Amino acid sequence: MIAGTQGPLQIKGGGTRFVGQFEGDRLSTAGLSGISLYEPGALTIVAGAGTPIAEIEKTLAAENQRLAFEPMDHRVLLGTKGTPTLGGMAAANVSGPRRISVGACRDFMLGVRFVDGAGTIIKNGGRVMKNVTGYDLVKLLAGSYGTLGVLTEVSLKVLPDVECTGTLHLHGLTDQQAVAALSSALGSPFEATAAAHFPKGPSGDPVTLLRIEGFETSVRYRAGKLQELLKSYGTVDVTIGDGAEWQAVRDVTAFADLGGDVWRVSVKPSAAPELVARMDAKAVQYDWGGGLIWALVEEGRDLRAALGAYDGHATLIRGMAEVPTFQPQAPALAAITAGLRAKFDPRGILNTGMMT
Amino acid sequence: MEMPVPSASVISRKAQIVARFLQVLPRDSVISDEMETRAYECDALTAYKCPPLCAVLPSNTQEVSAVLRICHEMGVPVVPRGSGTSLAGGALPTADCVILGVAKMNGVIETNYDDRYIKVQTGRTNLSVTGAVETNGFFYAPDPSSQLACAIAGNIAMNSGGAHCLKYGVTTNNLMGVTMVLMDGSIVEIGGAHLDAGGLDLLGVICGSEGQLGVVTEATLRILHKPEGARPVLMGYDSSEVAGQVVTDIIKAGILPVAIEFMDRPCIEATEAFAKAGYPMCEALLIVEVEGSDAEIDAQLKLIKQIAAAHNPVELREAKDAEEAGRIWLGRKSAFGAMGQINDYMCLDGTIPVSSLPFVLKRIGEMSKEFGLDVGNVFHAGDGNMHPLILFDANKPGDLELCEAFGAEILKLCVEVGGCLTGEHGVGIEKRDLMNVQFDPADLEAQMAIKDVFDPAWLLNAAKVFPLASSETRRAA
Repeated sequence: MIAGTQGPLQIKGGGTRFVGQFEGDRLSTAGLSGISLYEPGALTIVAGAGTPIAEIEKTLAAENQRLAFEPMDHRVLLGTKGTPTLGGMAAANVSGPRRISVGACRDFMLGVRFVDGAGTIIKNGGRVMKNVTGYDLVKLLAGSYGTLGVLTEVSLKVLPDVECTGTLHLHGLTDQQAVAALSSALGSPFEATAAAHFPKGPSGDPVTLLRIEGFETSVRYRAGKLQELLKSYGTVDVTIGDGAEWQAVRDVTAFADLGGDVWRVSVKPSAAPELVARMDAKAVQYDWGGGLIWALVEEGRDLRAALGAYDGHATLIRGMAEVPTFQPQAPALAAITAGLRAKFDPRGILNTGMMT
Repeated sequence: MEMPVPSASVISRKAQIVARFLQVLPRDSVISDEMETRAYECDALTAYKCPPLCAVLPSNTQEVSAVLRICHEMGVPVVPRGSGTSLAGGALPTADCVILGVAKMNGVIETNYDDRYIKVQTGRTNLSVTGAVETNGFFYAPDPSSQLACAIAGNIAMNSGGAHCLKYGVTTNNLMGVTMVLMDGSIVEIGGAHLDAGGLDLLGVICGSEGQLGVVTEATLRILHKPEGARPVLMGYDSSEVAGQVVTDIIKAGILPVAIEFMDRPCIEATEAFAKAGYPMCEALLIVEVEGSDAEIDAQLKLIKQIAAAHNPVELREAKDAEEAGRIWLGRKSAFGAMGQINDYMCLDGTIPVSSLPFVLKRIGEMSKEFGLDVGNVFHAGDGNMHPLILFDANKPGDLELCEAFGAEILKLCVEVGGCLTGEHGVGIEKRDLMNVQFDPADLEAQMAIKDVFDPAWLLNAAKVFPLASSETRRAA
């Protein structure tokens, strides 16, 4: 189909993550659905790109396993309908709060099969956890937003689910204090698996959250250790349970019903508070211990212009600003990117408006 | 192992090339004397040797850039070299190449404990990265067996792993940013102290590209705080099937040990004779290590021992203190040396789905008889990364070739059961000609297209990774 097409194609998974500009005929991966292999003892699952993530998560849950990178569901934030798919998740390298401890979606992708812009079927990686055979096109395809090829199959590493989740709450911290507290926890041996900060929590006051997961005795022990470690930051409340509150962090639900553009900024954690101060944002949420800033800003504003130069990059996830969706690259990297796109999509027909 | 015919034109211009290098590098950074270049004639795949045209040892990114610009202008092939510990021949020179060694570039540029990273020059050894941060309680997680000697540059080139990557991942999962010099001398910065660099995941494709896309001179690496403690348990079984089942059951129970190591009988026998670690004589031995506080370790090991006991182990031994832990690891850590005492050996590192372990071990045993060569298996069981060690006699004519043929059959078997040719050592020259077993021509073409973008003239380490016939037209262009 790709080989026979003339004009541009926009590649569609579940249609829940419309980020960036699209043009051309739609190519849907919905028909490429289904799990072809799942070996719980080998922590591996392989499925078609159109497979709903919900189906994968349900299958894993039956064996007490999960997608450890905790992929965000964009529907809440973007107001989209539809079904998030494996292919869309992989193509956008979608992770969640646990990215800070276990890695991103790309770190769990073991293999891909895809069709490039000339219609050639290409496979890379496989279904084993350690594989350095040839170049890692799996990583290259992860987060390539359909610009290098159409994913048809993805294999993933999965991990055991946990018995118990503990959440630590700190109150009333400034952004600087919060990031320092989160860094202190993440730099401890107690393995926090998520670290977030809301300058304005549900009650309007600052709330800082840390997550610990594992066997219950272990979670209780580590929670106690972290309470001690962080005592200079005030009272640390602990809740033990299923960790449901983290879904709101993952999906940035706090911004769902608020008007304005939403930016996602990846930074060095300790630099985050100062950047946020420059943002003049309507609302902000920190994840990844400060390394990920979600910013709600006035519609149409170019946030990048306000930030200047820093170690990181900003993506416009939702909004009206007439700026590139993705951070413009340095000329040398832009040239490499253009070269790769020309190799994999010589006619320039795949998601042409993306990542430019 | 076939290598391309060296370019007579390049060799004939040696004097001019060296003269150009001396304009941009101090005299002691340019090695052109024929006796001295022999120091670079091979890496840890010692069966193949070829002195390079010359070697250069730049001290910083700017010098690397100057060297590559000269090579680019003069059409001189370049083979980058970390510490030369590659088991796959990744740093094997050709007679017309310049070895670009990063050994002098071993400094620490920045450590940042709040943001949990270290930035180093890539000639720094793996272990000395941890060495730079351990007084603050931190470590760099990837731990290849050669970590005392191997350089971060080589780790990045081969995407090196280690025994503890079941929990911590391999190099690519711990690499946040690089400074890289392209073949034309231009310097690019990718990623940094933030996560998930913007744009296409170039970092992901550079890591594991075996020095074919550019020379990485500086790297930002993720560091972690050390766990409170770690403790191994050792268990022995009468069959590899049962040991394989134990691994599966541990993983399915929701425990994620930091390491699960496997050894078979030939390996146990060799290590006992060599290191006397007190291992039980059995068909399959597992070492499972978990981390945490004492109480957390106790709780995890209790579960693991329950699972282990349910499968009738011939021995089940928990380390009670650091000395016992050391003894449990002693045999495993001496396995390569022990096999080396018996004879020369070739170490493979194909990876298989864990579920195929019993079948693959049985087939390797059968093939060992067919080829008449002994083989011992050490194995990162949690992630399916095998290390069959085939014994041969390098002084016996034909034995190396027989060993290579046997190795090739094992690797084909790994691919057949759904695995791959190499889990952590890389392709180099060793597995280059087997790439067609795992990949279709279109798969290889897609990979070579990436090299076309980074190194259009195919001057960087070009005789590696891809079968010579597949890359011939590109190399000749």
